[in-house]
Amino acid sequence: MINSAIIGLGKMGLSHCAIINAHKDANLVAVCDTSSFMLNALKKYSGMACYTDYKKMLDENKLDCLFVASPTKYHAEMVKYALERNISVFCEKPFALKIEDAEELVKIVDEKKLVNQVGYHNRFLGTFNYLKQLIDKNLLGEIYHFTGEAYGPVVLKEKGGTWRSNSSEGGGCLYDYASHVLNLISFLVGTPNQAIGSILKRIYSKQVDDAVYSNLIMDNGLSGQLIVNWSDETYRKMSTQITVLGKKGKVVCDATECKIYLKEDCKEENLTKGWNIKYVTDLTEPVDFYLRGEEYSSQIDYFIKHVIAKNTDNVNSFKTAYETDKVIDMIKANAGRLS
Amino acid sequence: MERILFGDNQFFAVNHLSDEKSRAQAIKFKDNSAIIKVLDDMYDSGIHTFMCTTHDRIASVCDNLRSNPEKYSDFKIIPCMPYAHKYANAVTELGIIGTLKQYIPGNIIGAFTKGGLALATNDYVSLMELLVDAEIKMFKCIQTPAIFLQNVMTDLLLGLGMNDILVAYAKYIKDKYKVDPGFITMNLPLLLDVLEKGGIENPLICCSINKIGFRMSGGIELYERTLKEKRCRVIAMQVFAAGAIPPKEALEYVCKLDGVQSILFGASSKSHIVQTKELIDKLSS
Repeated sequence: MINSAIIGLGKMGLSHCAIINAHKDANLVAVCDTSSFMLNALKKYSGMACYTDYKKMLDENKLDCLFVASPTKYHAEMVKYALERNISVFCEKPFALKIEDAEELVKIVDEKKLVNQVGYHNRFLGTFNYLKQLIDKNLLGEIYHFTGEAYGPVVLKEKGGTWRSNSSEGGGCLYDYASHVLNLISFLVGTPNQAIGSILKRIYSKQVDDAVYSNLIMDNGLSGQLIVNWSDETYRKMSTQITVLGKKGKVVCDATECKIYLKEDCKEENLTKGWNIKYVTDLTEPVDFYLRGEEYSSQIDYFIKHVIAKNTDNVNSFKTAYETDKVIDMIKANAGRLS
Repeated sequence: MERILFGDNQFFAVNHLSDEKSRAQAIKFKDNSAIIKVLDDMYDSGIHTFMCTTHDRIASVCDNLRSNPEKYSDFKIIPCMPYAHKYANAVTELGIIGTLKQYIPGNIIGAFTKGGLALATNDYVSLMELLVDAEIKMFKCIQTPAIFLQNVMTDLLLGLGMNDILVAYAKYIKDKYKVDPGFITMNLPLLLDVLEKGGIENPLICCSINKIGFRMSGGIELYERTLKEKRCRVIAMQVFAAGAIPPKEALEYVCKLDGVQSILFGASSKSHIVQTKELIDKLSS
């Protein structure tokens, strides 16, 4: 049994809170937030120790791991404070607002050998993992292009008042939505080193981007497009899709299905020439406690197992999230200003 | 509770297997008249209970029922609340307090309203009651044999250990609305333990039950054992595991399962409704 705590009781923090609290191998001993509303609810009904000062929480409790789900601008200082006390950290995405901070944190975990993970939950979806296997086995042949897309209904009107409507706090579609897609792109086909023709578009928001469009180029000549829009009400919830084109086939993959087109049969993978469809039901491992998608439970279960085993060889490490932060910065620099 | 209940996922572009199919459904059911037509087919086929989320568009279904009381004399609705995406999307934009202010009726800022006081004093049970009232409003004068809490809410409270709120919800539905409180969950064994500890005997629970164990947290064996013990009344949902199991095979499993009281399914066409109903009737006899 390990002891854990959470900073931040927003949407992700609460969801993590429920999943950790229901986990058989973890004790959730303390939570920290600035809002008394959620804090009092947990104090009253769940019996966790509640704090408004995260330093005090980390100093007063003997913790094995910490979950950071505060607004992005606070990630770096909170993560650092925990690492200095030898506490393993699971941090929400995106990782850090300043590249220098991300770099420093990667260095600290390397030296201290602490488990470190970032909440890019798509990495725990059966469909995207299956696509990665197909790519690694070279089923698609030489890959020449990809598209990474995400759409959802977050900002649909001209108003807004949380930290997500302020880019200096890590708000906006690029940080919140596009980061997921960029992380997936790195996982599947590699990290782009050039962004060209990038557009950060305001649609309803006054201060942040509601859509991101960019052409991404890799060292090896592979190119792709990023198309992300969080002001699209034709989607009921966030929907992420990756299309990969290779000389021997093409794959269109989202959270629910992986559609594979092959030019020739592939007996080893039991795939035939033409279209093949694999569904998430075939590709998903069951979880012990389900809240809102297997991937959210799986990523936490995975982190807890790594903390118990003191195994720092984990996916979604700070290092991979730092790579994503760098691509975010690259797109920002290329776009120059909000269009 | 009837043996067969009709669900609403198909109307609101919920498809757990394909985003593309979701979009096709959104196009097909763009107009409320298309929803009402399928519900008429359901009613004519002999299924008289519609289990649905408290989605805004259900209001027009309710209006239609109230305008034709004779035609729909035996039409029942089982509301499931809340329609979670409405709140989840609002929380991303407005924060938790902002969302509560938006959805609790009346002037929440007013210190002397029930909502204002509840928010100011962190009276969570009162807030829960206000949100329930707001969600249930559209079902006025409609037969609602039970009112369910959606799985995201049930399982969030369950995970957080806020068992008292789950129990308070059940009590409120029973006392104020005089109907059966129900819970949708993806964690049947865990929830049942918690509800029993809270003094709720033989609760009404709707959960995934299917041959491949899809979304049956704790495992299919534990589910089957729990069902056999008959400690709760169970409505089986996701019996086709989002379409992963062929219909006949899926229904053969669930219809023969001891401890399943009702089966929930959704369909978009008359032939599909009739076929599924006939199959369930045949396999259940």
